[in-house]
Amino acid sequence: MAQTFIEILRRALDEEMARDAAVYLLGEDVAEGGAFGVTKGLAAKHGATRVKNTPISEAAITGMATGAALCGLKPILEIMFIDFATLALDCLVNQAAKYRYMSGGQLAVPMVVRTQSGAAGGAAAQHSQSLESWFIHVPGLVVVAPSSPMEAYGLLKSAIRLGDPVLFIEHKRLYAMKEDFVDSAELPTIGKARVAREGSDVTIIAYSAMVRTALEAAETLAGRGISAEVIDLRTLLPLDMATISASVSKTHRAIVAHEAVMSGGVGAEIAARIADELFDELDAPVKRVGCPFVPIPFAPELEKALLPNALSIVQAAQELVR
Amino acid sequence: MIKTSGALTPRSHFYWITLVQSSAKPADWKTLLAQLWRIRLFEGHVQRLAAGGEVPGFPHLSTGQEAVAVGVCAHLTQNDVVFTGHRGHGHSLAKGCNLTATMAEILGRDTGLCRGRGGSMHLVDAGCGMLGATGVVAGNLPLAAGAAWAAQARQTGAISVVFFGDGATGAGVFHETLNLAGLWKLPLLLVCENNGYAEFTSRAEHSDVAKVSAFAAPYSIPSATIDGNDLIAVHQSAASAIEHVRRGDGPYLLECMTVRLAGHYVGDQQQYRSKEELAEALKKCPIERLKSYLLSQGVTDDELMAIADQIKQEVQRDVDAARAAAAPDPASFAEGVYASPLLAAGC
Ligand SMILES: Cc1ncc(C[n+]2csc(CCOP(=O)(O)OP(=O)(O)O)c2C)c(N)n1
Ligand SMILES: [Mg+2]
Repeated sequence: MAQTFIEILRRALDEEMARDAAVYLLGEDVAEGGAFGVTKGLAAKHGATRVKNTPISEAAITGMATGAALCGLKPILEIMFIDFATLALDCLVNQAAKYRYMSGGQLAVPMVVRTQSGAAGGAAAQHSQSLESWFIHVPGLVVVAPSSPMEAYGLLKSAIRLGDPVLFIEHKRLYAMKEDFVDSAELPTIGKARVAREGSDVTIIAYSAMVRTALEAAETLAGRGISAEVIDLRTLLPLDMATISASVSKTHRAIVAHEAVMSGGVGAEIAARIADELFDELDAPVKRVGCPFVPIPFAPELEKALLPNALSIVQAAQELVR
Repeated sequence: MIKTSGALTPRSHFYWITLVQSSAKPADWKTLLAQLWRIRLFEGHVQRLAAGGEVPGFPHLSTGQEAVAVGVCAHLTQNDVVFTGHRGHGHSLAKGCNLTATMAEILGRDTGLCRGRGGSMHLVDAGCGMLGATGVVAGNLPLAAGAAWAAQARQTGAISVVFFGDGATGAGVFHETLNLAGLWKLPLLLVCENNGYAEFTSRAEHSDVAKVSAFAAPYSIPSATIDGNDLIAVHQSAASAIEHVRRGDGPYLLECMTVRLAGHYVGDQQQYRSKEELAEALKKCPIERLKSYLLSQGVTDDELMAIADQIKQEVQRDVDAARAAAAPDPASFAEGVYASPLLAAGC
């Protein structure tokens, strides 16, 4: 039976809590299920000591999760909106990311920070951002951005077992997405991208909710005689350049599509790497599709006008394949 | 009742109480005096080596504040964990870090505690429960609370101790941590070393809250303000604070009034402090005070000299060993960012 992104995430959390007694959940409202209901029922099942509501203290709870991770727990912290990760930056950037390195390998921070990002439904400028590129600038962090319920299931489990601090970014537009739950013994390897659709004319590199948009665009492009390959990055830090390279060496054209603003974004990083490593393979410049450099507006008409969609990707592809 | 000589006038209410209540004997105090000396001498070496250009970065010395580190850590077991900040050499040594490896780290050597990746402000020795120093003022407070939470959750019986300065109380995360620690009744001892300064700015310019311990009550955390330059006072107050924390009664905030006898960092000319103020500060030296007390208790000058000589030799030997160690292999700089080589390769 098809289950939503939220239900499948909950299943992953539930199974990992059952599998490993060191896994603890904390965050605002998590014992009540959290703002989006992801952790619903887990406190009743695994006990109130393992699913802890916290005060609205993003800095301290991120620090506490880090400190607990140094001392034998595997905390999963929920930061309700990535916009509020601003308040947790010191700990994520200065403490959690650097503990392994600064301690000469004596200590590690096996922690997952689950957070939620992206624009939808008039959440406006402080509850809609895509801030992932800030974090890919920090050695020691791992940044994961799943594109579907089953992707989220496997990636969350792998993240929990990884042993280094992971920022796990869920897109709010994906929460209602449904998929059949498929049991599989194999979990994805953090750091490996996946080819979501094969093609030969152009590579569309995407992640999170934009993978679905890219697949839609690929379908439209197929109808217009353009064969697009879609790469789902899965992890933004590290970047799987091997998968990107194999694809671009085949299609000779690349588009990076994300919802975040283009300036200083993940697309800028990937475009630079393709230019560095694959210049001779390119038949056209690397294109980026992303939000214009504007805060996310409130009014639905404005929000819709701003967000990149399948058509934006189709147009970019048609410009490249002429 | 312990008699005080003329040279040893009780400086505070606490002084009397501690002497009267303490079960420790002069022999124990001698051991702790040796630890004070060890830290003082160690940091003397840091200062000299820094002046000679041998220490990268900008080390901060705890000279004058050693009694807090020694008096608190004397009660900790190896399972208890300690977090400190930028002024953490003393806490590290008092918690049991190997002196040679600590100095080697401060010198940036491969044999250092953190293989030269951390330095003076990031000393870690997981084996002895020294879980880390941080260079971000107040950043250590929630880490220590998290360690306390882990101890509580795993029922290890360990406690977590965090040392921080008076300046840290200006940070929001200090208050967030107090709230959480009080609420969750965490086994956390918060030790504030109130030296009256945050860098070059006096406490009066930082806050209208006269006592740091006053921050504790609204969060239902018991607290005390004590003379942090009186080793016996620190030892005694820490004993009861730690007893409270270990019993599972929640956190405790111990504010230790102290003085920094050196600059904020090595090389600080201290133009913001008057000569008179510095002269006054010297009179509060915790080592001199403990020595006077011991002499009043019948310990002889010769005995103390012998201890000092022995410590001096040991510290010199260990510092020499650290200086003789090799620098890290430059080609190794990328090692140890991630557990998985796949991740390291992909960044
Ligand atoms: C968040 C942060 N802001 C500023 C600094 C620069 N800084 C280093 S030490 C210090 C003063 C800290 O004062 P206090 O906490 O009283 O400790 P003390 O130096 O007196 O031991 C400052 C401002 C810092 N390291 N971290
Ligand atoms: Mg201070």
